Amino acid sequence: MKSYIEPEFIVKRDYEKCIKCKVCINECTYGVHYYDDKNDIIRSRDENCVNCHRCVVFCPTKAITIEKNPTQYTENSHWTREVITSIKRQAETGGAILTGMGCDKPYYTYWDKILLNASQVTNPSIDPLREPIELRTYLGAKPDKLELELENGEVLLKTKLAPQLCAEVPILFAAVSYGAVNFNVHLALARAAAELGTFMNCGEGGLDKRLYRYGDHIIVQVASGRFGVNPEYLNVGAAIEIKIGQGAKPGIGGHLPGEKVTQEIAQIRMIPVGTDALSPAPHHDIYSIEDLRQLIYALKEATDYTKPVAVKIAAVHNSAAIASGIARAGADIIVLDGVRGATGAAPKVIRDNVGIPIELALASVDQRLRDEGIRNRVSIIVSGGIRSSADVVKAIALGADAVYIGTAALVAIGCTLCQKCYTGKCPWGITTTDPQISKRLDPDVAAKRLINLVRAWSIEIKEMLGAMGINAIESLRGNREQLRGVGLTDTELKILGIKMAGE
Amino acid sequence: MNREFSHEGRKTLDASGPVMINNGVVTINAANMHYRDLNLLLKTHSNLAKRINIYNVYGQRYIGTGLRNNVEIHVYGTPGNDLAAFMDGPTIYVHGNAQDGVGNTMNSGKVVVYGCAGDVVGYAMRGGRIFIRDDAGYRVGIHMKEYGEQKPVIVIGGTAQDFLGEYMAGGILVVLGLTLSHGETHKAKFVGTGMHGGIIYIRGQVTHVGKEAKITELEENDVALLKPIIEEFCSYFNFNIDEVLAGEFKKIVPLSTRPYGKLYT
Repeated sequence: MKSYIEPEFIVKRDYEKCIKCKVCINECTYGVHYYDDKNDIIRSRDENCVNCHRCVVFCPTKAITIEKNPTQYTENSHWTREVITSIKRQAETGGAILTGMGCDKPYYTYWDKILLNASQVTNPSIDPLREPIELRTYLGAKPDKLELELENGEVLLKTKLAPQLCAEVPILFAAVSYGAVNFNVHLALARAAAELGTFMNCGEGGLDKRLYRYGDHIIVQVASGRFGVNPEYLNVGAAIEIKIGQGAKPGIGGHLPGEKVTQEIAQIRMIPVGTDALSPAPHHDIYSIEDLRQLIYALKEATDYTKPVAVKIAAVHNSAAIASGIARAGADIIVLDGVRGATGAAPKVIRDNVGIPIELALASVDQRLRDEGIRNRVSIIVSGGIRSSADVVKAIALGADAVYIGTAALVAIGCTLCQKCYTGKCPWGITTTDPQISKRLDPDVAAKRLINLVRAWSIEIKEMLGAMGINAIESLRGNREQLRGVGLTDTELKILGIKMAGE
Repeated sequence: MNREFSHEGRKTLDASGPVMINNGVVTINAANMHYRDLNLLLKTHSNLAKRINIYNVYGQRYIGTGLRNNVEIHVYGTPGNDLAAFMDGPTIYVHGNAQDGVGNTMNSGKVVVYGCAGDVVGYAMRGGRIFIRDDAGYRVGIHMKEYGEQKPVIVIGGTAQDFLGEYMAGGILVVLGLTLSHGETHKAKFVGTGMHGGIIYIRGQVTHVGKEAKITELEENDVALLKPIIEEFCSYFNFNIDEVLAGEFKKIVPLSTRPYGKLYT
């Protein structure tokens, strides 16, 4: 069948600058560039281009630019190019459209409608360059009350505390599974987490034994497919996260395309080589909050109650009630992943249409847990499109204890959000398990870039805290007085629990 | 007060109370004992004991969960859900019926049940063996896996319910139908739904398989694979191996290793 789909991007090559070095040919994993030896010229197959910018960045003479195909269908605000192309593709294949990364639609990003406060005259701001500002965050259940006892003039803590994760910054690396990404990416995340004193989540595809040495900085995940889950894995991590859902595909399970299931991945996941790794939406031993409690306590039993157990859900309409159930089921940490949360592979229709913005879910969950008097029993980590230190500060002021960054972390190491992770050909060597392409990701360089990013954000967070006159991130948590909304309706302001700017 | 919210840490038990040690055999009286206390005792004693007998088991969950040694445990009574979950090594004999989640994500070891078991037996089982003398519930062997030498085996002596071997990616699942009367078929529907690896052997008639699986006849090497498994099963429950093997066996295997490969573009 002849395809009616037109190239989405056009590769422009400045032939005055091109020195025919063929770097572009070697760097492109989609076979866009090729050498026409008859005419001694490099040409492009535009239809293969995914706009990943690998060739653009690596061209030594900067001869390449990628443009959106200027040939557009007749202008129509309803029947957009994306809509028309999707229909044509489905008519040609009969398949559901697969995509990668998070929802790219112009739905509200509430972070951009929330502004932060600062001290002026009546309350002094703090200069973070001279005064200490504390970013350390403890994640885990906190007791309802503290009992102290006096012994030989010393005050001792009598209450036995639940296990905690101690993060030096309230920023953790979100779950990306081994299989969705390759070993080098996992290694870089683990090294960066260890150096920063924070945590990386290894995702649902198990953990390579070579990373066990970073276990104190790794949160191990348990999803419905239970890939790579054994007692050693559970005990090597600093905490365990039960993945119920993820923001990119609420209600949909994990789906690692067979193209990425190499020998290495098959071995750790214990499935046949080349098969799709299926991790369906429900855990078939969890149909209720009571069942969730059963798994939480099975994991606690298996690890002698030494590690916090987190439960990750996608932000959906009734997240607040579910979160209350999760807290009561005995989880130590609740992870909320919003509609912008990313993935290596999801049906596009789900990614772009299911779930709610993390800002609204976070505000309602925090409020619900406070209203019920159980907010102390769980920490809240939010994720799903956290782009900057400002998003982090706003999230914490809205009620989060910490954030996970996934997309931002991958962007730091090269990702350009081309959304083609599911092909397994990521030219940046990130979302590929091909041994050759994986080599492009140097774990030392990638770890350095991740460390730099989080350090930079930490400086910025301290600046913002100092400006507010707050010297510890703890004092910002749920401190919605520091937030004001602009361009929001009364209902939105009410759900976010913040005042309008000027109020 | 709900004790699991109290985070009070583990309770220490008076060892002279519910526990008796005699010649390497530890005997625990689990009457009125919370699972957390029972499992703490198991963890404490299992590294040294040859055998642990637990009497008066009344639905305590997680017995043997996360245990990582080669102890032999005999459970008298009815253990609760998630028996032998994440277990790595021990052998557990249940002298009674088991409930849901037997061998959940079990890594190695053995569970022998002298009775029935509930739903999701061997969920995501990665290694070791489970033998259930009588019937089992729904979704037995869901997400069973294998790689190389690590190949889990589940044998159900009686019959099992719907979604047997769902999403199965490896391992061997055997259902013998010994509790069925003459001519009675297995009632399980959607057998092998989403299956993309592993083998299910069924003795007797199965009428409804999932669309990702197919029923085939046994071949020479299947018999060689099955025989020692059934021999072991019969050795626990005193069945006559020849009589069991004389029944008609069918094999259910995945149609493809990528059942959902064509679903997406």
